[in-house]
Amino acid sequence: MRRMNGRQKTALLFGAAVIFLVLVTIAGQVLSEAAMATDFSRKDRPPCPEYLFGTDWMGRDMFVRTLTGLSMSIRIGLLAAGVSSLLALFLGIVSATMGRAVDSLVTWVIDLVMGIPHILLLILISYACGKGFKGVVIGVSLTHWTSLARLIRGEVLQLKEASYIKAAGKLGLSPWQIAWKHMVPHLFPQFLVGLILLFPHAILHEASITFLGFGLSPEQPAVGVILSESMQYLAMGKWWLALFPGLLLVLTVALFDVAGESLRKLLDPGSAHV
Amino acid sequence: MKHHLIFLSKQAIRMILLLVCVSIAAFFLVSLSPVDPLQANVGQAALGSMSQEQIAKLNAYWGVDQPPLERFLSWASDFFRGDMGISLLYRRPVSEVIAVKFANSIWLLAIAWVVSGVMGFCLGALAGMKQGTWVDKVIKGYSLVIASTPAFWLALVLLMIFAVWLKVLPVGLSVPIGMEAAGVTLADRIRHAVLPALTLSITGISNITLHTREKMIDIMESDYVLFARARGESNWSIFKNHGFRNVILPALTLQFASISEIFGGSVLVEEIFSYPGLGQAAVTAGIGSDVPLLLGITVISAAIVFGGNLAANILYGIVDPRIRKGGAGL
Repeated sequence: MRRMNGRQKTALLFGAAVIFLVLVTIAGQVLSEAAMATDFSRKDRPPCPEYLFGTDWMGRDMFVRTLTGLSMSIRIGLLAAGVSSLLALFLGIVSATMGRAVDSLVTWVIDLVMGIPHILLLILISYACGKGFKGVVIGVSLTHWTSLARLIRGEVLQLKEASYIKAAGKLGLSPWQIAWKHMVPHLFPQFLVGLILLFPHAILHEASITFLGFGLSPEQPAVGVILSESMQYLAMGKWWLALFPGLLLVLTVALFDVAGESLRKLLDPGSAHV
Repeated sequence: MKHHLIFLSKQAIRMILLLVCVSIAAFFLVSLSPVDPLQANVGQAALGSMSQEQIAKLNAYWGVDQPPLERFLSWASDFFRGDMGISLLYRRPVSEVIAVKFANSIWLLAIAWVVSGVMGFCLGALAGMKQGTWVDKVIKGYSLVIASTPAFWLALVLLMIFAVWLKVLPVGLSVPIGMEAAGVTLADRIRHAVLPALTLSITGISNITLHTREKMIDIMESDYVLFARARGESNWSIFKNHGFRNVILPALTLQFASISEIFGGSVLVEEIFSYPGLGQAAVTAGIGSDVPLLLGITVISAAIVFGGNLAANILYGIVDPRIRKGGAGL
């Protein structure tokens, strides 16, 4: 077999990670009925070829439940990363281009949001929304934009000093036109990578907040719910209830990281030679 | 020096203003909530069997009938005088509850913070100096995997291994069950804090390791290190004279910024190990609609986070001679 170069390997890695994540998302949705099915004739089975992750005390197939839970995590992550990254792009550009007052306001808000420990902020927002699914989605979507906004702000501040941007200003383009025509194309690769790298955080936080009992109802097969249920059965030696769903969660999060990092390598001209 | 003092006092004022804004934001969020604290804590059935007067009394106790702005002003003015209100679940002053919980948490947080900081720095520096070798690969791989691992799952795994399977460490709580406070020895306390502290340390390491490693690689590729090598300096003396000095400043910033993350991790870890600290109290307050306690914990933890940032700024002045000597600084 012909040896691949670094770029091809990275592209392959990116593709594999994306395909895996898409498969998990689809499989979870297709199997969401099966995830709820209880069958007491097969309860408390340790992992076996038939039930890869074993079954729980109600005879639910843990593998299917985990897939469904992860699928939901990924979809919440998708929404959260989308909302947060657009917010970050908007605020980052506005902050760097609209003058000092706006800039200090935006940096102020960033400091404010970052000042409250993230989990505590999620608890507060979840409480504000009356807990439940809505609170988790809103909380996770609205709290992940800060570091990306900071990054974009810094980038735009540098860009503003570039001579082609200054020339465009002297030629009479409005700040908005400059932002749209010159800055957005330049920022796009960073934005895209930032967006993908938001996923791991969003998913981990979604799992954490549901684990703590804010948000999804106990019947929902969310990863956080599965793991918090498993806690009650740990002392009885049912290790598989916690181990495998968690491992798959780690794998999912890590693959988003892999996808983001390999996309960065592919898009960044500085590492084009890898 | 004078320049630095002005800078610091500006930072301190900014921190206080931010704290005021945090409390406004937190109060705003809490007052948005449609959760009826009566329904949540008294229960539908009990509420149905109560007389109108009892319900009115309870309403007054949970502060349901006042408009939000009025509630905020009275809460803020009390808070300013040091009265954070009465915790509705613990039925004791919030400041007292927080003081007790904080005393439990601080050990956990401090140990995890120091261990993860020191270990993370050493591992990161080592990996950076040995870039490309198996040492580097192991350290980097470990950090990347841990970065994707939720703290609460790691806590569950450690619990399974050490408490359920090997039975060497207790499952939870900060002291043994059913023992009088006087009978609790320091060894008991330590035994109960091992697993939570271990979890927090393991997860806290990855971030600082990865950043220190990146920074160290940059330094190793610099001209001054090349020159030092040409002079025949050993690895250790390169680290001591060039690496350490340049890598410690960003590491310190990062470490002080990580207070917020360690605190966030402690919320989950304390909940799992039933460790009666600030994090567990935050979850209890959130689920039980104990608004005064939730607000108190938010403001206190934000103060700790901002305090960390301020401490980082002060340390800059001590560590970086450019700032210490009153130059324009960074």
